[in-house]
Amino acid sequence: MLNQLIVLQVVIPLIAAPLCIILSNAKLVRAFVIFVCTASFSISAYLLYFVSTSTTKTISYALGGWAAPFGIEYRMDIMSALIGLIVSFIALIVILYGKRSILQEIPEKKITLFYTAFLLCLTGLLGITATGDAFNVFVFLEISSLASYALISLGKSRACLLAAFRYLIMGTVGATFILIGIGLLYAHTGTLNIYDLGEKVAKLHDIRTIYVAYAFIVIGLAIKVALFPFHLWLPKAYSESPTVVSAFLAGTATKVAIYALIRFTTAIFGIKFSFTTLQLDVILLVLSIITILYGSLVAIFQTDIKRLMAYSSIAQIGYMTLGLSLISVLGLQASLAHIFNHAIIKTSLFLLIGCLVLRMSSSKLSDLQGLGKAMPFTSAGIVIGGFSLIGIPLTAGFVSKWYLVLAALEQNQWWIVAVILFASLLAVVYVWKIIEVLYFKPAKETNVAVKEAPLSMLIPVMFLVFLNIYFGIETSLNAGITKAAAMQIIGS
Amino acid sequence: MLTNPMLFVLLIPWVGIVFIALSSRKANLREFFSIATSLCLFVAVIFLLKNWDTATNSSVINLIEFAPGLQISFRAEPLGLLFCLLASFLWIINTLYSISYMRSNQEQNQTRFYIFFAVAIASTMGLALSSNLLTLFIFYEVLTLSTYPLVTHKGNEAAKKGGRTYLAYLLSSSIVFLLFAILWTYHMTGTLEFTLGGVFSKTADPILLSVLLCLFIFGIGKAAIMPLHRWLPAAMVAPTPVSALLHAVAVVKAGVFTVLKVVIYIFGPTTLESIPVTEYLVYLAGFSIILASVFALLQDNLKRRLAYSTVSQLSYVTMASLLLHPLAILAAALHIAIHAFGKITLFFTAGSIYTASRKTKVSELNGIGRYMPWTMAAFTIGAISMIGLPPAAGFVSKWYLLLGSLKLHEWFAVGVIILSTILNAAYFLPVCYAAFFKKADCIPETQQEAPKLMVFAIMLCATGTIALFFFIGPLIELLKGLFLDPTVLSLSIPSGVKP
Repeated sequence: MLNQLIVLQVVIPLIAAPLCIILSNAKLVRAFVIFVCTASFSISAYLLYFVSTSTTKTISYALGGWAAPFGIEYRMDIMSALIGLIVSFIALIVILYGKRSILQEIPEKKITLFYTAFLLCLTGLLGITATGDAFNVFVFLEISSLASYALISLGKSRACLLAAFRYLIMGTVGATFILIGIGLLYAHTGTLNIYDLGEKVAKLHDIRTIYVAYAFIVIGLAIKVALFPFHLWLPKAYSESPTVVSAFLAGTATKVAIYALIRFTTAIFGIKFSFTTLQLDVILLVLSIITILYGSLVAIFQTDIKRLMAYSSIAQIGYMTLGLSLISVLGLQASLAHIFNHAIIKTSLFLLIGCLVLRMSSSKLSDLQGLGKAMPFTSAGIVIGGFSLIGIPLTAGFVSKWYLVLAALEQNQWWIVAVILFASLLAVVYVWKIIEVLYFKPAKETNVAVKEAPLSMLIPVMFLVFLNIYFGIETSLNAGITKAAAMQIIGS
Repeated sequence: MLTNPMLFVLLIPWVGIVFIALSSRKANLREFFSIATSLCLFVAVIFLLKNWDTATNSSVINLIEFAPGLQISFRAEPLGLLFCLLASFLWIINTLYSISYMRSNQEQNQTRFYIFFAVAIASTMGLALSSNLLTLFIFYEVLTLSTYPLVTHKGNEAAKKGGRTYLAYLLSSSIVFLLFAILWTYHMTGTLEFTLGGVFSKTADPILLSVLLCLFIFGIGKAAIMPLHRWLPAAMVAPTPVSALLHAVAVVKAGVFTVLKVVIYIFGPTTLESIPVTEYLVYLAGFSIILASVFALLQDNLKRRLAYSTVSQLSYVTMASLLLHPLAILAAALHIAIHAFGKITLFFTAGSIYTASRKTKVSELNGIGRYMPWTMAAFTIGAISMIGLPPAAGFVSKWYLLLGSLKLHEWFAVGVIILSTILNAAYFLPVCYAAFFKKADCIPETQQEAPKLMVFAIMLCATGTIALFFFIGPLIELLKGLFLDPTVLSLSIPSGVKP
């Protein structure tokens, strides 16, 4: 029964998605989607609990009863269970929050379609974490990507179509690269099971096919991750789409791509091949540093709060890949911890911005002046989220920065520490830009009578804000579990 | 744990915040809660002080494990107790003064003011009682952030600009240097616990330790060693009670307190003696003292003059602690308290001059002592303490500092102390002289003393400044706990001069 939960977690939203169209009544659909998300969340929470306390630390399920490596294997270890939990949790929060925001930002006719696409996207993302089959990863990646193109294009403005199209082009190139890579691997080894591939690839030396496959897969995933210089699709995709969509994607999509990157490089190609023979760590390190600095610097000059957050997301992705590039238990722990923390931070910030957008119908900084008084809870939430982004102590962001710096110190890379800390200062600048707009600029006449966001939105998002602080103090989940996960991957 | 007196010290301000926030509509009730909280806190600190004697060093609260072997935890020790005592006592006076000041000057957003003031005090308590660097750092940052709304209280362009400088200096120094230093220490030693005698092994590379010490000293921006002092004058845009909070009660004191903690508990004097950079940092602190005094001399704005005086006085503490002689360290610890009393007196007088006559410049103060005798008398007492003359408390710390540097044959420090005493006199005494003996240039329309409550608060501070001179004994007794071998101290204090 327990093993079936792995596949159930993916299948439930998959089956539920078309049912939404059949139900078609907006209220009914919403209740149904909340139920589905709750179910997914409970399953992934239970799975993480079970995996991390079990003796083997992994569970596996053979799809259709065909044993691996011939059939498709679903397999979860601590890392995949953790990422799965993040995805389903963010999905649940976003849906709970979304009622008013969806009504405002998505045309009424398309609301049912939104829920359908949302569930499909959730299916894809959960599928990537659950599956142990390389081709399956590609399939789920495509499901989630196609769904997210649709989600982005649901916005009311015409610009969102262009954003979705851009993402579509880039995303398809990335997916094709991944497919080519997997195809090459299959051609040479005759297997698609990730762990079986790992064993077979380890026995091959200096085969050009493997090198080419590696290059295709890594670049394909880097596009999905939005690592510099493949980040171009991200800012528009996040800023033009409806707020619930940006919040959901910012919290999950790139994280799952990083998960896939970690999984492919460590499990299929092996740490030695990826990081010693091919020195991905050096490339990743340089690109991560550029991503961090570029994202933070560009964020400072944005005049639209959603775009600002989008660029900040790019910078934060750099932290995650930076942790991976250090290729140590501590580094991977920092990376996973930041995936966890940033999902909470960025989702809460985008949702809070959604509150502002609901009231002001604009996300331009100049239209948000002086809202600190009119919307005290939302603004305070943004301040706390911003602190977490900077990495002020007592917030979740501090925890990931703590481990990341320790990981860099462990390898005597002083300059990386300097870059990380300097980038925090850049974060101070762009966060303070928002704070000054909210609290110091005189309120516009139109902003004076603005009311605080409705409770139906505030309660879920304030829960996330609370988690920002909770995970900054109680670190057993974002530091403890991630450590176990990192140790399982790298082997200490 | 629930009966631990430390818990009360840590929690009372937070409880107070809730009450202050709830009574935001009723000004009188809100102010009552402010005063009540400050009184309760002071009583709790006294209680902790009494019980600490019997419970010795064992009173510890461990809150939660942040990382393996690293907890958010609190422990009472002499320096922290001194700081708690100081901050909680001055908070009472500051609250009295604030009420009068905020009402007389009809400031806006008073509830916000009292709430963040209490948050600042709460984080000061946490900082003072923290038992490791991580806990200290957490409260250090909370203190920075909670004082930001106070500094920018007026909300205008000038306040925003001052607030930016304030944050830029404090946050960037702490995030880049201090956090770096803390993580490095943790990486090297595996602990951040404050340990008497230091946490580093004797084999640690002196070059590494030198870099680390520099990171600490420059990372603690609140100690305002030059060139990291610019935030202090910039923060002068704040209302006077806030300036008092910054300069006397909490913020800069938290800075030098951290410096002392690092010197005593993280490095330990023996380790520091063996690394070359300590000597240079003493020089830097010395230059900082002199330069800041010269800047102070050049300021016409009274509050800015006081701000630069603070920069100079803070570097006294840094220099004294880096001299590493037990007497100098004692002087550094005492000076935290002593300077606080003197400086709060001076800031309060500056505030009451502003409230009574809207004057902010030194050059406008001619003859003001005739109708503000109490205020200007207090100013004179504060000034005497800053210069270091008896019977004001400033004499005591300067005395120990001089003794310490003489014992070390540290002629540079002796020279700095003498020169800065002259400079202190040069920028304070003319103000007193002008206030009492010069004729006013033009007769002001209103000739009156400041509101009674303000004068009362000022007189309390001035009395405290004198009283500390006569009753410094218990404090020294308390601070003996800072040394592995307290006899070092008693031997080197000549019996005749014990006040």
